[in-house]
Parts: sequence; C-alpha cells; structure tokens
Amino acid sequence: MAPARTESPEAGALAGSAPGRYHVLTRYDRRILMLMVGIPLALDVLLIWGPTIASIGFSFTNWSGIGPITGKNFVGLKNYQQLINGYTPFWPAFFHNLIWLAWLALIATPLGMFFAVLLDREMRGTRLYQNVFFLPVVLSLVVVGFIWELQFSPTEGFINNALGRVQSSNIIDWLGNPRINLFAVLIATSWRHVGYMMVIYLAGLKSVDPTLREAAKVDGANEIQTFFRVIFPVMAPINIVIVVITAIEALRAFDIAFIINQGKNGLELLSILITSNSISEASLVGFGSAIAVVLLVISLGPIVAFLSQVMRNPSS
Amino acid sequence: MSTVTATAPTRPAAQPGIRPARVLLHAFMIAMVVVWLFPLFWAVYASLRPISDTIQNGYLSWPSQGLSLANYQTVFVQAELPYYYLNTLVVVIPGVILTLLLASMVAFACTQFSWRFNLVVLMIFTAGNLLPAQVIIVPLYWIYLNTPIPMLGSIDIGKFSFALFSDNMHLYDQYIGITLIHVVFQTGFATFVLSNYMKTISKEITESAIVDGAHVLRIWWRIVIPLCRPALAAMATLLFTFMYNDFFWALVLLKSGDKRPITSALNNLSGEFFVNNNLIASGALLAALPPIIVFIFLQKQFIAGLTLGSTKG
Repeated sequence: MAPARTESPEAGALAGSAPGRYHVLTRYDRRILMLMVGIPLALDVLLIWGPTIASIGFSFTNWSGIGPITGKNFVGLKNYQQLINGYTPFWPAFFHNLIWLAWLALIATPLGMFFAVLLDREMRGTRLYQNVFFLPVVLSLVVVGFIWELQFSPTEGFINNALGRVQSSNIIDWLGNPRINLFAVLIATSWRHVGYMMVIYLAGLKSVDPTLREAAKVDGANEIQTFFRVIFPVMAPINIVIVVITAIEALRAFDIAFIINQGKNGLELLSILITSNSISEASLVGFGSAIAVVLLVISLGPIVAFLSQVMRNPSS
Repeated sequence: MSTVTATAPTRPAAQPGIRPARVLLHAFMIAMVVVWLFPLFWAVYASLRPISDTIQNGYLSWPSQGLSLANYQTVFVQAELPYYYLNTLVVVIPGVILTLLLASMVAFACTQFSWRFNLVVLMIFTAGNLLPAQVIIVPLYWIYLNTPIPMLGSIDIGKFSFALFSDNMHLYDQYIGITLIHVVFQTGFATFVLSNYMKTISKEITESAIVDGAHVLRIWWRIVIPLCRPALAAMATLLFTFMYNDFFWALVLLKSGDKRPITSALNNLSGEFFVNNNLIASGALLAALPPIIVFIFLQKQFIAGLTLGSTKG
C-alpha cells in the first residue's frame, strides 16, 4: 500500500524528543503526517472557524441569507444599535444567561464540588452515591426536560399535587409563569450539572498527593482548614477547568428552554435568539449574527482561560 | 458542613463503634440520593400506570389498576420508535468511528513528532470545541444549503431510506450532514483528550519504529492506536453519548421529521403521539435507555473519558 521508501535528506528532519536527537522522515512520511493533520484541520477551519469569522462579517450587514451579498448590504453597526436599543428580547435574554451562569457558578457547581469532597473520603457506599449523582449526566437535556415536566406540570405534576396547589385559584405555573420558570428550568439543569462537576472534581481530588493531607493533619489542621488552605490551592488547575466548564455550559444553554416553550415568555436566551432570528422565523441573518457575535465575545473569556490553563505546559 | 469537620479519620475500618459524624454524613448522602433519584422514579412510576388510573385517581395516588408495560408498547409501536433509533444509529456509529480516526491521527502527528505548529493546531481544535454551537449556526446553515452533494440513490429498508449521499443535492436535511458536523465538532474534543493521553507514550517507541523502517501510517495504526485502546474506549463511550443526546444540530440542520434521530424526534412526537404524561414518560425513558445501558456497562470508560479531558493537561 505504501510507495517505495526513499531516504532523502532534503525531506527534512523532525526534532526528536530530546534536543540534539533527530530522525529523518522520508518525504512520503512527511506528506502522510501533513495529511493526517491537514484533513481534520481543514474540516475544522471550514465548518467551525470559517463560520465563526463569517458570523462577525454578517453582523455588519442586512443580508437575508438569499442571493449574493454585496456592498449595498453593509450597514455598519446598525444591527448592534438595534440590538441594544430597539430589540426587546435582547436584554432579558442577556440577563437570563447571566442568571444561568450565576446559578450554576454559585449553587450547582459548588454543590457538585461539595459532593466530591464528601465522597472523596473512604466511606461505605461511595460508589453507589457517586453513580446516583452521575446518572443524570448521561441523559440528554431533552429527556431531562421531559422528566422535570412531570414534576413541574401545573395540574398533573408531582410538586403541585404534593403541595395541594392544583385548584385554578392557587395553582403554581412553574413552567408558564415568566417570573419563576427560569428557576424551574435551572433546577432541572442542575440535576445534571451537579453530577458532572462532581465527577470532574472527584478525579482531581483523587490525584492530590495524600502526603499533603497527612502533613496538614500532623500540623493540627482540621478538615475544613485542610481543604481550604491546602487542597483547594493545589487544585487550582482543576478549579479553573471547573469554572470554565460552568461558564461554557451557561452560554450554551439551549435545549431545555427550547423544549419547555421554545425559549419565550421568561426563558429567552441568547442562543435561542440567534436561531429564531436567522433560521426559524425570520431570515434576519445579519441581525442574528450580531447576537452570535455577542455570544462569541462572552465565550472567548472562558475559552482563553481554559487554553492558557491546559496549554501552559507545552507538549515536550 | 458540620459533617466535614468532625469526621477526621479516613478509614472506617480503623474506627470501632458508630460515630455520630459518620451517621450524619450518611444520612445527608442518603437524603441527597433520594432527591436525585426521585424525578427518575416518578417518571418510571407514571410510565407504568394506565392513563385511566391516573385520570380517575390523579397522579399522586397508589396504583389501583396495577402497573404494566402497556404504555411502553403503545409508544414503541405507534410512534415507530425503532425507526428513530435507526436514524440515530446511522448518524452516530459512523460519527464515533470517524471522530476517533481523525482525532487519533491529529493527536499522533502532534504528540509523537515535534512540529513548529503543534501547539497552535491543538489550540485550534480545543477552542473550536468550546464555542457554543449557536455562534456558528447561521453561516453553517448557509453552507449546508449551498454545498452540492451527489445523489447516487439510496439504501432502503422498509420506510427507512439512507440517501447516498443526499436526496436533495444538499448537505441540509441529510443524515451525512449531521454526522459531518458531529465529527468536526467532536474531533476538537477528542483530539484534546487523545493528545493528552498520547503525550504519556514514550516517543522512543515511534522513533525506534522509524529507525526500523516503519512508515508513519503503520506506526499510527499498529503501534500507537493499540497503545491508546483504553483512551479510545473511553472516548467512544463518551462520544456515543454526546452524539446520541444531541438536540441542536438535528433541530436546525434537518427539516424532515422522519429523518430525526430519537432524541430530537422526542420533541415532535410529544405533541403527536405522546398525548398524556404517562406516554410522555414512557417515550422519554425509552429514548434515555441506550445511554443508561451504556453507562451501566461502561461507566468506567464513561467517567474516564470525562476526566481525561480535564485532569491531565
């Protein structure tokens, strides 16, 4: 299957693992390696980074998505002005994403970390507890949405039945009332998010050098002191990963809100506004792209934080 | 938090007798387990009750007509669920295999050889996977509508028809379109995880194989891939679940309801066939079953896949 191997010095040398050691790859090998990286990279650039850049470009136009895009379509910052001043769902969506982030960051993620800390100790049944908290993580958010609709449904759901609030006079419309439905959805989301965070944090805790803990104990630190003064600081890389995943999850939020009511009436989210403006209802490609750029700019924060964390020690 | 403070020793065997802190800890954990399992239990309970029973007695009641799998049968047959499972399979199986192939190639080339742009390439892949899908969806939708794809017939099994490679000359509304975006999106994640794993493989293995005259393709396929089997198994488990659980890509990039994979079909079916909560519960649980089975049998791989990506870096 491979052509004859031709040893040619001009094919170039690749640095080996240790400085000063080189092995010569044939031209054929070099080409194969380039293809191995090049094909996936081309797809990634074409279908992910290309569209990302294109979104930025589209956001300065009033293009409808049909026909060619010309200089006449250029409208400058008009879409952004309209977004901030004239488009009513924008700020609610923006704040819903913010509330989503705050809820995950202040409630769900710390709860997952707390479970991890508790389960990190060798106690009977740890595996069982761990598996139970982790179970919702394997479910799709669509299924999570359906399962929680059975809890929150106004007349047939468990919660209102258990509270005895199923008469039309005292009913609680968990998913319909725009003042509370975001929180109902956040509870459902947290059901999944907590287990996710728990598993990642637990893996981090297991990798902490046990002698640190023993040393702290010898020095007379109690468990809370040991955690906050010794374990938490050495877990800094995992802490960053946890924060980043939490932020990304909050920005990606889409599925549950869409399942419940297509992201309207209290459940507006930036991600949903992008699709509803440029794909489903209208064809306001330029306007939808401006919302996409807002989401992109916010996302760059956690993405850069993640990259600078995990890429700090470059591949040797 | 009081439970944390008091339970100092880490080995329960070393502590004779029952200590209140440990009891408190277990009580808390058991309470949380009950809270966590309850929504699932409630869904299972609703799915097992005949609708006539719940209409008569309400949902918060003991079963008066017994429990049965009748709702599952109704949903399975009437909503033609097997057909939607098939839709998922033709998207997910090639998706997982292609993702692992592409990602292992990139990871191999970037970790076993020192290129100038190694780090940049890995960053492009990793960052791409972290973008919210909605950021790219508008141009992607346009690309899908405007990329010509050959129409070379189809493979038909009953109602199911797998187009080779398109039935409308586009990527839009095609199985292969959904597979493609899954592969590209998840290659970013898989590359990140696999390259972390491959960094731990000694480069001397590759080096000595090259000195022995082996071609890089052979080294990749015969030496590095087998060494990465645990990581690949973990990734396969995780990728299967990710792709199986997808809602967004199928929602936006498919138009025909009968091409939808099971997860996204659930939303459509809920209005049409799942006319009451008992049937909704059965449908949702049936759709959730494959990932749950995967988790039960491959939980080690599943958790390894998630944590490989975050703890080694």
